[in-house]
Amino acid sequence: MLEVKNLHVTVEDKEILKGVDLKVDLGKLVVVMGPNAGGKSTLAYTIMGREGYEVTEGDIIFNGESILELDTDERARLGLFLAVQEPPPLPGVKGSLLIPAVIKRRRNLPMDNKLMDIKILREVRPKLDSVGLDSSYMGREVNVGFSGGEKKRFELFQALAYDPKVVILDEPDSGLDVDGVKLVARLLDEMRNSGKGVLLITHNPRLLHFVEPDEVNVLIDGKIVKRGGMEVAEFVEKYGYEKVVSG
Amino acid sequence: MTMHKPDELVRYKTPEEILGYAKDFPAEVEIRGRLTESTIREISKVKKEPEWMLRLRLKSLELFNKLPMPNWLQGIEMLDLDAMSHYVKPDIEMSSSWDDIPKDIREYYEKIGIPELEAKVLHGLSAQYESETIYHKMKKSLEDKGVVMIPMEEAVQKYPDIMRRYFLRIFPPSDHKFAALHGALWSGGVFVYVPKGVRVEAPIEAFFLIGREMESQFEHTLLIADENSYIYFIEGCTAPMFKTFSFHDGMVELYAHKGAHIRFTTFQNWSKHVINFNNKRAIAEENARVDWVEGSIGSMLTYVYPSTVLRGRNSSSRSVVFTLAKGPYIKDSGSKMIHIGENTKSRIVNKTISMDGGINIYRGVIRIPYGAKNATSNVECESLILDDKSFAYTYPHNQIEEPTASVSHEATTLRLTEDQIFYLLSRGLDEDDAKNLLIMGFLDELFIEVPFEVANILKKVLEIEFEKLGGVG
Repeated sequence: MLEVKNLHVTVEDKEILKGVDLKVDLGKLVVVMGPNAGGKSTLAYTIMGREGYEVTEGDIIFNGESILELDTDERARLGLFLAVQEPPPLPGVKGSLLIPAVIKRRRNLPMDNKLMDIKILREVRPKLDSVGLDSSYMGREVNVGFSGGEKKRFELFQALAYDPKVVILDEPDSGLDVDGVKLVARLLDEMRNSGKGVLLITHNPRLLHFVEPDEVNVLIDGKIVKRGGMEVAEFVEKYGYEKVVSG
Repeated sequence: MTMHKPDELVRYKTPEEILGYAKDFPAEVEIRGRLTESTIREISKVKKEPEWMLRLRLKSLELFNKLPMPNWLQGIEMLDLDAMSHYVKPDIEMSSSWDDIPKDIREYYEKIGIPELEAKVLHGLSAQYESETIYHKMKKSLEDKGVVMIPMEEAVQKYPDIMRRYFLRIFPPSDHKFAALHGALWSGGVFVYVPKGVRVEAPIEAFFLIGREMESQFEHTLLIADENSYIYFIEGCTAPMFKTFSFHDGMVELYAHKGAHIRFTTFQNWSKHVINFNNKRAIAEENARVDWVEGSIGSMLTYVYPSTVLRGRNSSSRSVVFTLAKGPYIKDSGSKMIHIGENTKSRIVNKTISMDGGINIYRGVIRIPYGAKNATSNVECESLILDDKSFAYTYPHNQIEEPTASVSHEATTLRLTEDQIFYLLSRGLDEDDAKNLLIMGFLDELFIEVPFEVANILKKVLEIEFEKLGGVG
């Protein structure tokens, strides 16, 4: 479904990704783990086509076609979604404004149809419940005054509400307590079971105790140095990232 | 009143797009050239004014000649008053039927949607073209309640005692040079009186149009709300494009008697060929309330400072000002609150957007002299700057003598960040959507403070102003 081929990426004249290959099929949960500054977020941003992330070599294929020439929003509308690590506050922009706007755009509905908003809000309400947020969050300005945990939950909520084909999550568990981590794991599992491809990016193997990944990749210094199953994550947890390279 | 679907009401574009270039329309009287005593006498004679009004004009002219040019006004130096028309009476008989208004002129108003708005929402409308009111109508239901709404010239003839008590008393011409100029040359505008206890819920509107270049428009609005009454008044203004420019120096005087509540909303969308100077002041008696809303979109240069004198105890005032400086234009705005009575409250919300090289300047004054016990005032200024070529400046000025007073001031400058834009794009919104959402979010509080119809008109206009944003980034 989503395929990254020999991806080389330069950010501010510095090569960050040095030939990454990766595949996320529908109904699979693929993990990319690695130390900080190893290129994990760069991978996520490049898949989404963020400005400043220059692909110098390789390709990104989604649904059988290269998406390199597409803008970020076009990629999103094709069915990619990135739950970002640090969601920025959007002062004045309430959830009840943002969510219907995004959904209308994704479904190609007229943007000025305000009646549609009410319908959409009703429709996504159960998804808000499922991330453990009550409906008052729709009346709040998005990410403004949210705690770390609330931000993560609201990102997950959007991942559910927009119904993408492939969900990329950049450190969805950082700043969460154990219950929060379990919730994230359960939702990831549900997404996979409902047929979505899930690309989970994390530097902390903790979350992996609660999900069963189909594949674990270790990304260090811009390269996938190890690929395998759960045993890879267990190895990292036991011996650290340095040993993955040397051992 | 019933609410109407806003999209049906107004389809706004920029005034340049809607109205195009100014059309030639004959004037019955045009007074131009060097501004002297005889200019004033001539205007007064055309208007068949009583002696006291002529004297007031002459006194104002004297003040104008004496008062210094405010040294902080930017860009005003291009204005050569002696080259302007001071008074233009269009060759149109005032009527209460749009059918009587010549087609060329009627079309201006129709394109903006004024007659439509009148039919659906307004309870009274006064439309001014150049220096005179050409259309004037108030619903019978208001007349039955004793509400008076008449062109200012008629009020001068009919109610000299009331005029002499209020006219240029709330905003004296001695205040500054342009107030004096207004006093000398005022023409047009409306007088409104709301009797005790009467509520005018549906808005009354005055609409001002400048139709020719090198012309000055000096309309005067005087609104008196008697005890425990309520009125909601909207004024709007626009102009077509000119090869050179025109000048506007209007004045609004509001008087809210005991327990009265006045909502006064201005929606300014002059073309980029108008220098816009406003003089707005209210006096609030005991328990009275005055709410100003100013939406300032168009014009080349705008100077506007809604002010309230909180004279009576427990009176309150709120001023919400929004200005958009888009392109090489300047908006100089700010609110003033003068607390005299005890327990008086004021609130100022000032929001500006600067883009494409635009400059916004906020100048606010909070004055709380000794004796205004427990007066409270809070001021919020927020500036949104969309690019590196644009600027916003804030100059608050507090004069607080009363020790029990409480004043707060918050000023913030925001920029749209790449982080925010990427975040919204990665959800699937396009760049226009993303910027619109962030801008509308910035203005959200404003839309809450502004009456429903006005908020929708404002949103519509802003959507048009911002629709080409996407190409920029």
